[in-house]
Amino acid sequence: MWERKPVLLLVLATAAIMVGTIVTMILPFAWVNTDADRIATVTPYNPLEQEGRDIYIREGCNNCHTQTIRPLVTEVLRYGDYSKSGEFVYDRPFLWGSKRTGPDLARIGGKYPDAWHYKHMESPRAMVPRSNMPDYGWLKNNLLDPQNIRHKMDVLGFPYEQAEIDALKGKNEMDAIVAYLQKLGTGIPWRKTAETLVVGELHNPYQDDLTVLDAGKALYMQHCAACHGEKLQGEIGPELTDLDMPDADLYQILFNGFPEDGMPPFSAIGSDRLWKMVNFLKNEAKH
Amino acid sequence: MEKPNYNTDIVRSFINWGIIWGLVSIMVGVIVSLQMVEPALNFPPYLTFGRLRPLHTNAGIYGWAVGTTFALFLYMVQRLCKTRLWSDKLARFQLWFFNATIITAAITLLLGYTTSKEYHELEWPVDIMVVILWVAFAINIIMTIIKRREEQMYISLWYMMASIVGVAILYIVDGAEVPVSLFKSYSAYAGTNDANVHWWFGHNAVAMVLTAPPLAMFYYVLPKSTGVPIYSHRMSIIAFWSLIFMYLWTGAHHLLWTPVPDWIQTLAMAFSVMLIAPSWGSVFNGYLSMRGQWHQMRENYLVKFLIIGITFYGLQTLQGPMQAIRSFSAFIHYTDWVPAHIHMGTMGWVSMIAFASIYYLVPRVYGRELYSVPLANLHFWLILIGQLIWTISLWIAGVLQAGMWTATNSDGSLAYSFMETMVEMYPYWWARVFGGIIFLFGVIVFIYNLVMTTRRGEVSPASERTAVEGRA
Repeated sequence: MWERKPVLLLVLATAAIMVGTIVTMILPFAWVNTDADRIATVTPYNPLEQEGRDIYIREGCNNCHTQTIRPLVTEVLRYGDYSKSGEFVYDRPFLWGSKRTGPDLARIGGKYPDAWHYKHMESPRAMVPRSNMPDYGWLKNNLLDPQNIRHKMDVLGFPYEQAEIDALKGKNEMDAIVAYLQKLGTGIPWRKTAETLVVGELHNPYQDDLTVLDAGKALYMQHCAACHGEKLQGEIGPELTDLDMPDADLYQILFNGFPEDGMPPFSAIGSDRLWKMVNFLKNEAKH
Repeated sequence: MEKPNYNTDIVRSFINWGIIWGLVSIMVGVIVSLQMVEPALNFPPYLTFGRLRPLHTNAGIYGWAVGTTFALFLYMVQRLCKTRLWSDKLARFQLWFFNATIITAAITLLLGYTTSKEYHELEWPVDIMVVILWVAFAINIIMTIIKRREEQMYISLWYMMASIVGVAILYIVDGAEVPVSLFKSYSAYAGTNDANVHWWFGHNAVAMVLTAPPLAMFYYVLPKSTGVPIYSHRMSIIAFWSLIFMYLWTGAHHLLWTPVPDWIQTLAMAFSVMLIAPSWGSVFNGYLSMRGQWHQMRENYLVKFLIIGITFYGLQTLQGPMQAIRSFSAFIHYTDWVPAHIHMGTMGWVSMIAFASIYYLVPRVYGRELYSVPLANLHFWLILIGQLIWTISLWIAGVLQAGMWTATNSDGSLAYSFMETMVEMYPYWWARVFGGIIFLFGVIVFIYNLVMTTRRGEVSPASERTAVEGRA
């Protein structure tokens, strides 16, 4: 009978479509972004960060980078604490993405110092050999428009100070996108809680073992050289040619980093590799 | 020529423009696949991967898939209703507005005006153009159905109508945004809500744009080109209603393990697995219609396109539910496996059926027989092989990268840094470039064949058999 009545068919089809829609799309509004979901430490973006976010959208960064960490062991090890719903309440639109051609960025904030990001955006391969990310140095040529950003903040209803708007004068798009990246994932103090305490006496399994120097050097080139220089001469990070400390202390530094100063922890790559790097660094310091 | 009371001009125009936008999409696809392996091929600010990739997907979905859908729906609705289109003027407007919309979309995307939402990147003014376009199309189709002279509505008409209401609801709800300026807006929803609304849209855009319309074409063109009826009408009914009912529950399978509430994810997972039934209902209906007719695979090039197309639909709707299961998603999501899945659907299913449908229409709307069947066969093998190289290499890449991402040392630390896993992708990304170029070459053969048909094709006697046209 519906096969002979087009209006009836349209009504029935709409009804069939609406059932799943109501349950899985409309009902969730009762649970998501409610008070139960909120996290007190999560704050809206400031004018510079919000503008950086809009540039991130404009350049389609979300086509290659996700911004949500799943509660899976290796994922938390690689990127940091898994994402919570309350961390995204100020995100319009959401930027979770669907493909990781590059790494996830949900917890990139505070991982590296600003200088790392500026250099990396300018020339990704200078910091990460064989990366396929396009260069974004040209963002530096575009100055920000404070009045437009103020208007955006008003539309979003985010709080701001006049001083923050005034401070945008003379700043460029690169400043904005770096500020945005540094904000990501910092709404909860996860770096503090994720810090691992190394207990017991540390013993270098490769003590005086010169055979691991090559491996240590390769690891240094992969993980450290972008900031400390290929010859340990120091660039973004300090020079390392005159390290003079016990193996165990050096291991501790590599393991936990100095998050406040922009040196990320390297615990996730495993103690075996860390000791090889310790050997390499100590051996270099001797010469 | 055609029976005079049918409007074939408009069908021809939509075929032409659909193919043009399809060619644009595939060429941009090859360009972005090259940018993946050679970053020096990014030319900022307009021609970077981040801006070109949405152009590739939008030209593919809204230009090629929707363009051919318009052509086929406007053709089928007249035949199935045994009446001329309700309004020729509205259809003409629809054609020009369609091209205006796609051109505006392409320009604004390259200028960086984007909402960032996948497959719904167009900013609010272009969004409004899409809605106007869809309403114009919907009115013409529905009014033609209402004034039809054939009481029974054939299967293809059901899918058309479902697609019309489905797209309208999805597009408008997901597009809700607050404008800031002419080409900038902020989503009406925030964070987790925005994600859930958007993937409700995203997955059902696949249902209403890339599944229902090709099914409408398949159910029409298969019996027309083989001369045998669809195997089971009852199975068509069950498959249709369960498909459009179940699809809408599954959007959150794109969001497994994210902060979206668990129960939504679980529902999405369950309904995704259940969707195998209606999907395969159509696949079996196609296969069983061919009983005793399989020799046509050899003799009739159209059947080859249609049956291989519906086979990839079957494979797609098995692989999809598999990926929608939490444990498998945990492993494979965010890798190159996912684009390979999508491209099996778009290159293997949607495009295959669209090509078949266009071949079917050629003698009927151009009044000429196809210039060369051997070229059509060459086209078939090129797009099949191109697609297989594309997808198989990236499935391997996806499994490899997922394995490396999750590999751990004996002390529980990560075995590989992110870059160590990424550089392993390069050979497979090169294979994709290669597959894409073969596919592109196949499409160029197709276009050449059509151009030659309009110039040199023999005048078609088939187009004069209008008495049987319109019989479902």
